[in-house]
Amino acid sequence: MNIHEYQGKQVLARYGIAVGQGEFVTTVDAAEAAAKKIIAETGNEIVVVKAQIHAGGRGKGGGVKVCKGAAAAKEAAEAILGMQLVTHQTGPAGQKVRRLYVEQGSDIARELYVGLVVDREARRVALMASTEGGMEIEKVAEETPEKIITENIDPLLGLAPFQARKIAYALKVGEGVPEPKKTVAQFVKTLMALADCFVKEDCSLCEINPLVITGSGDVVALDAKFNFDSNAEARHKEWAALRDTDEEDPVELEATEVGLSYVSLDGNIGCLVNGAGLAMSTMDIIKHYGGEPANFLDVGGGATKEMVTKAFKMILSSDKVKGIFVNIFGGIMQCDVVAEGVVAATKELGLQVPLVVRLEGTNVEKGKEILRNSGLKIEPADCMGDGAQKMVASVK
Amino acid sequence: MSVLVGPESKVVFQGITGKAGGFHADMCMRYGTHVVAGCTPNRGGETFVGHDADGKEINVPVYNTVKEAVEIAGANTSCIFVPPLGAADAILEAIDAGCELVICITEGIPVMDMVKVRRRLETTDAKLIGPNCPGVITPGSCKIGIMPGHIHKPGKIGVVSKSGTLTYEAVGQLTALGLGQSTCIGIGGDPIAGLDFIDCLKLFNDDPDTEAVIMMGEIGGNAEILAAEWIKENMKKPVAGFIAGGTAPEGKRMGHAGAIISGGKGTAAEKIAALEAAGVKVAPTPAEMGVTLQSLL
Repeated sequence: MNIHEYQGKQVLARYGIAVGQGEFVTTVDAAEAAAKKIIAETGNEIVVVKAQIHAGGRGKGGGVKVCKGAAAAKEAAEAILGMQLVTHQTGPAGQKVRRLYVEQGSDIARELYVGLVVDREARRVALMASTEGGMEIEKVAEETPEKIITENIDPLLGLAPFQARKIAYALKVGEGVPEPKKTVAQFVKTLMALADCFVKEDCSLCEINPLVITGSGDVVALDAKFNFDSNAEARHKEWAALRDTDEEDPVELEATEVGLSYVSLDGNIGCLVNGAGLAMSTMDIIKHYGGEPANFLDVGGGATKEMVTKAFKMILSSDKVKGIFVNIFGGIMQCDVVAEGVVAATKELGLQVPLVVRLEGTNVEKGKEILRNSGLKIEPADCMGDGAQKMVASVK
Repeated sequence: MSVLVGPESKVVFQGITGKAGGFHADMCMRYGTHVVAGCTPNRGGETFVGHDADGKEINVPVYNTVKEAVEIAGANTSCIFVPPLGAADAILEAIDAGCELVICITEGIPVMDMVKVRRRLETTDAKLIGPNCPGVITPGSCKIGIMPGHIHKPGKIGVVSKSGTLTYEAVGQLTALGLGQSTCIGIGGDPIAGLDFIDCLKLFNDDPDTEAVIMMGEIGGNAEILAAEWIKENMKKPVAGFIAGGTAPEGKRMGHAGAIISGGKGTAAEKIAALEAAGVKVAPTPAEMGVTLQSLL
């Protein structure tokens, strides 16, 4: 689960990490008022108006504007609010900007990168830092990997101060600042707090890009990107309030709410499968035979008739679906339960497109019988390959 | 012969008093697995009633702790059906109690919990399978997990996979071709887990009764690429493979927590290329996993 920059900065502030003064707003007038207030309180007439969407690369896409004075901030807010912001992470359609963050301008001396992720190979949380702040870190990793310094964190010990110091000296954070000792200490404190935050907040990604050193030698987080581990949602009731459903695919959201795993794709063959691996493979085999899957849908191992009904209705209600392939290898999942769900959904919504069903495994005969007696026009398939070929042929 | 589980496995089911735990403990017992104990805190002293292959009732004692299950009932293997937020603690308890093999079926354990579990595994000889996996089966002998027993057949093909139903698909194809399995291991689809592909390939490589291996991987991470490197250097037996998710878009989690392509890394194409370069025969479609393996024999 992703959250916005302004929410991320609230999290950072709770851990004692310095962030600039800023306000979250949703209207142009509120943006102007926030700018006036910030200018009055900081005595600095530079403010930054930032689009709040979940994707990165907002600056390049025109979603971040540095303004001199409240009138300019108002103008920037007018331009950004409601725009369709396109970045390298949004896809060509972009994302509509509904929220803004107005923040005090910073006196930036240096821009650094700091990020934490779970390193699957090391099986540890990895803290990465680089002097190349403000750049796309994927690019830095690709072109100049030597510029990224990594420290793995022992889960029993947490980040050790010496590890944070190692990074501080490697990035030369004490150079060119009025009081090197103070800046190094602030930097180390920031990293320690960040590592603590990552674990306690159950993050799967946390990035500050850039983490800046100001002209006076202070260490300030200028951006905050958080991604939380959705497996830990049950122990973080506070996440519900951070969720911005405008940023999520409505169909995927609907699926999550009923315990289905669903991803929208660009094709026209709807798929209903049990198990993630088989669901991915079903997409692959459709493509192999020249078709295009409309979705990834895993109804899970222990789906009820209601869940299957819901899943099938989701596929049926999509305009782009020109055919449906049901591919079930019942282990825990019983074929008759799937069959009942399919029949219930089609009774409600009707069936206008070809339906190919492949059932295998537990209670397969019962399942086939339910489908036979339903009166629905169903093309049965002997195996996965047979089913995929029949499906592709019938939508062409 | 087989690997990991067999007639010597004496199993404690952690979470046996729950709906799923109880159902699958019984299914495993009906398959012939020695389930010697159950464990659920505050339910010690109760009895779980399961059935043998003939449907005859068998009483299984329930304990408060895994330690009692090991010391009193002689358990050496644990199978975990504890809900996600308590599952990591259940794994740690099984390791502490002296279980040699811990099989965790639970899906949805927070990654940070698994990072701690992996740290604990560094200090013990105990092996963890999963989490978020179907379990392990040695056909005709011992089933510990949720896979449908009847699709399996005793034989000489080792099976290792990240996915449950895709494993069933492969096993179903093998059995239909008359190719039985030595042991089938579901290592699970989580980003941080217990045994990986290489660990399992090593076991099969050293098992005299495994003649060939089929491995099913998927997008996300680089475990399949590391496995390919290992196979190239060490594997003495033929290996067939399949990688799921060739059509998956970047940045989207495909059901499994670990199945996500990020920053252009972890794609099916790069994994297939690495496996083929290591001499693994990769099935062109998931419908041809069985015949691909057969062509190597």
